[in-house]
Amino acid sequence: MSAALQHAPGPSLELTNIQAGYGDFQALFGVSLRVEPGEAVGVVGPNGAGKTTLLRVISGLLRPRAGTLRFGGQDLAQLPAHALPALGIAHVPENRRLFPHLTVEENLKVGAFSKAARAHFEQRRDHVYALFPRMQQRRHQLAGTMSGGEQQMCAIGRALMSGPKILLLDEPSAGLAPLVVQQVFALVKRIREEGLTVLIVEQNVAQVLRVVDRAYVLETGRVAAEGRAADLAADSAIRRSYLGGH
Amino acid sequence: MDLLDPFFLEALVNGILLGGVFALPALGLNLVFGVVDVVWLCYAELVMVGMYAVWFLYTQAGWPLWLAFAACLPLVSLLGLLLHLLVVKPLLNQPPINQVLATGGVLFVLQGAATLAFRTDFRSLGVDMPPMEVGEVFVSGTKLAAFCAALLGAGVLWAFLKFTYVGVAIRAIARDREVMPLMGVDPQRIYLIASAVGGALAGLAACLLVVQLDVHPFVGLSFGPITFMICVMGGLGNMLGGFLAAFLMGLIISIGGFWGNTEYSYVIAFLFFILTIFARPRGLFAR
Ligand SMILES: Nc1ncnc2c1ncn2[C@@H]1O[C@H](COP(=O)(O)OP(=O)(O)O)[C@@H](O)[C@H]1O
Ligand SMILES: [Mg+2]
Repeated sequence: MSAALQHAPGPSLELTNIQAGYGDFQALFGVSLRVEPGEAVGVVGPNGAGKTTLLRVISGLLRPRAGTLRFGGQDLAQLPAHALPALGIAHVPENRRLFPHLTVEENLKVGAFSKAARAHFEQRRDHVYALFPRMQQRRHQLAGTMSGGEQQMCAIGRALMSGPKILLLDEPSAGLAPLVVQQVFALVKRIREEGLTVLIVEQNVAQVLRVVDRAYVLETGRVAAEGRAADLAADSAIRRSYLGGH
Repeated sequence: MDLLDPFFLEALVNGILLGGVFALPALGLNLVFGVVDVVWLCYAELVMVGMYAVWFLYTQAGWPLWLAFAACLPLVSLLGLLLHLLVVKPLLNQPPINQVLATGGVLFVLQGAATLAFRTDFRSLGVDMPPMEVGEVFVSGTKLAAFCAALLGAGVLWAFLKFTYVGVAIRAIARDREVMPLMGVDPQRIYLIASAVGGALAGLAACLLVVQLDVHPFVGLSFGPITFMICVMGGLGNMLGGFLAAFLMGLIISIGGFWGNTEYSYVIAFLFFILTIFARPRGLFAR
């Protein structure tokens, strides 16, 4: 790999008994979850289960009402959301949320906004271009003019620009053609092989269980099951509900 | 009609020069609106304060003109910061009408303060540069210098927005506020920076206007409404649209004045404005 960066193992992410919601509506009812350094962990579950809410709580966009949220020694609930990328937490939000009117390279630049990231801009950009050669070809193209798959690559690239220790991915395969979905998962696999810790939320259960070590099944704001990916994939109840199996 | 008529050419040139001066406040207003999502109704009054500052420092305090100019920019920039911190920020989560009313209130406060401090007399800087003759066309040296400075200011702003981290973040936040913290961007800090830059643009506009117009507490009325029309025509928050619309407006006013008279030309400009918002409510350059 030409420009691979070494990811030093980061701290572990630990959520205990997290409660969160919107106004009167409660979306998470005491969720506990742990991601060890270097691990890839999946969160699967049906639409509306609270997967996006969970990631929003971790990256500080939504404050938990109760429970603890720790990244190594840091209590994340004490920090403003914009301080988290500098700690090594990068979040690729649902629906990518690229800046469509900025070029690919400008999107990457926004991803490198934090003070510590600016010094590494060129090195990380070249790394992202090595991971996604298509981004390099399209570096001066407006992000909004690219295909869905390319936009997802760009969104992941933008998150990598902050030099994260843990990458949070919210349904990176949503809305993409099957072939492109394969590419996205291959990429996730590659990113974790570089040593990056990954927490990935997906509705595409069959696919995600092939790239993660462990997974949690979230149902209406509660952890309904958790375990090793292979065990979950073999579990008959999970096969019935999520994998269309028998 | 002879298009090479020197008087017509002169109107054309003056229209472009006028457009350059309108462009700065249009850029500042659009910048602040695009980022903070609040219209600074008192924008022209910030310019007015800057004009008084230059007039006071130059004619009363005896500063050299360049130093008075150099002081005007940070001063009005600071005013923009204070406007944000004291008036806009407390109202950020309020309905837009409250924000408009509050910045509109600042407009009257500034007009009143200027009246108290300097009375309603027209104050002139009394500087003028000799006119220049290009072919058969006479161009005011002052206007030409102001135009060049406006273009320079717009160019610096463009480079800032294009090449710096903060500039790119400013363009990003104008589209998606909520996602910015995930990029490590504190939106409140970007609001502050945009307000300071918006103020600095008002300060630069003040320097360029004070050499062309006498200052009085209500001088904002002579370019404020035009600035708002320009911004709406170009699409509120659309910086390039506002920049182009400023030249269009300058040309309409100047050429209208060539055929009729100056008051008449503002009527034409206003009619043109009404027609465009009916035909293209989201601005001339909306895609
Ligand atoms: N901004 C919001 N305001 C109110 N309710 C919301 C909001 N976002 C999500 N919800 C609700 O919270 C629940 C969980 O949503 P979400 O976390 O988006 O689920 P998932 O990502 O698993 O599909 C859903 O019932 C959804 O309707
Ligand atoms: Mg979701």
